[in-house]
Amino acid sequence: MTPRRRADRRTGFLLLAPALAVLVALTVYPVASVLWFSLQHRMPVFGIARFAGVAHYAFLAEDPRFSNAAWITFAFTTVSVGLELGLGLLVALALRAQRTGRRLGLSLLLLAWALPSVVTARLFEWLYHPAAGLANFLLGGHPLNWLGDPVLALPGVILADVWRTMPFVALICYARLTTIAPELYEAAQVDGAGQLAMFRRITLPLLSQVLLIGLLFRSLDALRAFDLMFVLTGGGPAGTTETLSVYAYRNLFQTLQLGFGSAVAVVAAALVMLVAWAYLRILRREGLTA
Amino acid sequence: MKRLLRDAGVLGLLAVYAIPFFWQLLTSFKPEGELLVLPPLLPSYPTLAHYQAVLEQSLIPRALANSLGVAALTTLLALVLGLFGAYALARLPIPGKAPLLLGVIASTAFPPIATVGPFYLLLRTLGLRDTWGALILAHTSFALPLILWLLTGFLREVPEELEEAAFLDGASRFQVLRSIVLPLAAPGVASAALLTFLLSWNEFLFAYTFTATEASRTVPVALALFPGVFEVPWGDIAAASILASLPPIVIVVGLQRYLVRGLLAGALRE
Repeated sequence: MTPRRRADRRTGFLLLAPALAVLVALTVYPVASVLWFSLQHRMPVFGIARFAGVAHYAFLAEDPRFSNAAWITFAFTTVSVGLELGLGLLVALALRAQRTGRRLGLSLLLLAWALPSVVTARLFEWLYHPAAGLANFLLGGHPLNWLGDPVLALPGVILADVWRTMPFVALICYARLTTIAPELYEAAQVDGAGQLAMFRRITLPLLSQVLLIGLLFRSLDALRAFDLMFVLTGGGPAGTTETLSVYAYRNLFQTLQLGFGSAVAVVAAALVMLVAWAYLRILRREGLTA
Repeated sequence: MKRLLRDAGVLGLLAVYAIPFFWQLLTSFKPEGELLVLPPLLPSYPTLAHYQAVLEQSLIPRALANSLGVAALTTLLALVLGLFGAYALARLPIPGKAPLLLGVIASTAFPPIATVGPFYLLLRTLGLRDTWGALILAHTSFALPLILWLLTGFLREVPEELEEAAFLDGASRFQVLRSIVLPLAAPGVASAALLTFLLSWNEFLFAYTFTATEASRTVPVALALFPGVFEVPWGDIAAASILASLPPIVIVVGLQRYLVRGLLAGALRE
């Protein structure tokens, strides 16, 4: 090793050390703690802290509220992300064909994406208002109690989530579309390909990687969804919008069962990491390693 | 002509898409008596009464100041830490670089609900509950991995030859970083800063859990807890929502180029 290289290496460590120290203190330490807490009966307000082993995890396996929350999380994720990918793709195609006003169009889209999720919750709460909501006004007929109805609450929350995050998918698809050489389409046209054939043979394959990335980012976000349901419905009515994050939060900070709440959070985190790992394997196979 | 009509049509549809926001904007100007009746859709006369009420009688102005302070300081802290770290990852020979970057990106996928409990106890032990410091630390824990990831990419794009030339002229690492790398990477740094600012401005779970009073409540928390004793003050909530949306609007409309650059680099880096 040359002296310069050795010096560079030392500088590198020095420059990286503060960032790593902060990450270890603020990320690694809490993650290690939550694993440890999940093995304890721990209720700090009552001074209870004793080892419980895997008792919480064993309980979760039979806890109907937990399986409900897991099911709600799964349903929310698949429906939201599916709609976001489909709609985002359509919007990206429309934007590509756009000649004038692209910037304005992007501003209108990104506005929805950039607003705080609590603002989104307030916007939709007002749209869904039983008496004065725009949604019921546009639907005419008799007013629906969107967020208070066990059947409608989850679709209502999903709609708000799709509104908020579809623009992200549209943007990354649009960015990829603008890099496709027009010659590809011209050549296909010369060969007599129709619009649909060109979409299926050229556009879709070239977009597949971006769609996969959209799927990864959006599913990870949807699996840990918390803000929208916590503010819009509080997880109700009757637990029909209670995701794993909301259920964990209730136990951690409302019923103050730090140990049990931690176990819920650990399982939720494990599910997210499992999905991330699976997608990363697919991305790597597609030659798109991160 | 047909082209223009089609373009106008797409813009029209996107404007319809933004209706939830514009409806709230309209609501914020509606007189109290016309809030709970539909039709008419438009107010008979627009009023600033809701803004006046929010600015003079609610905690929103204080929350806006808290959000501004927390988001600005988070961005600053994460940028300083991230810049040095990212330069090391982009340029210097560090063993285990690949797994380190993988760990950094994996930590952004980790759900906040899993760390919020221990984080709360940590902040309580440090005596930071209900302070800006608590939120700055919490938000930095999300922002730093994102910044490291983005900046490592942006700094790699700076041509290494320029640095080598400066070294031959006798410049130190630090001088090179300050007067060559940073100016060239400035647009990327701006993108990362904007995303961090938005992340902190919008964050809810940690801000809700670690704050207790107006001393530290940020805008999303104040908006979620907006008081309504006997009836919900829809007009005031609308005005408060619009105020909470101002920085994101400025970023989307005025700084779109940088925002999109950062967003795409975060998502599409290969």
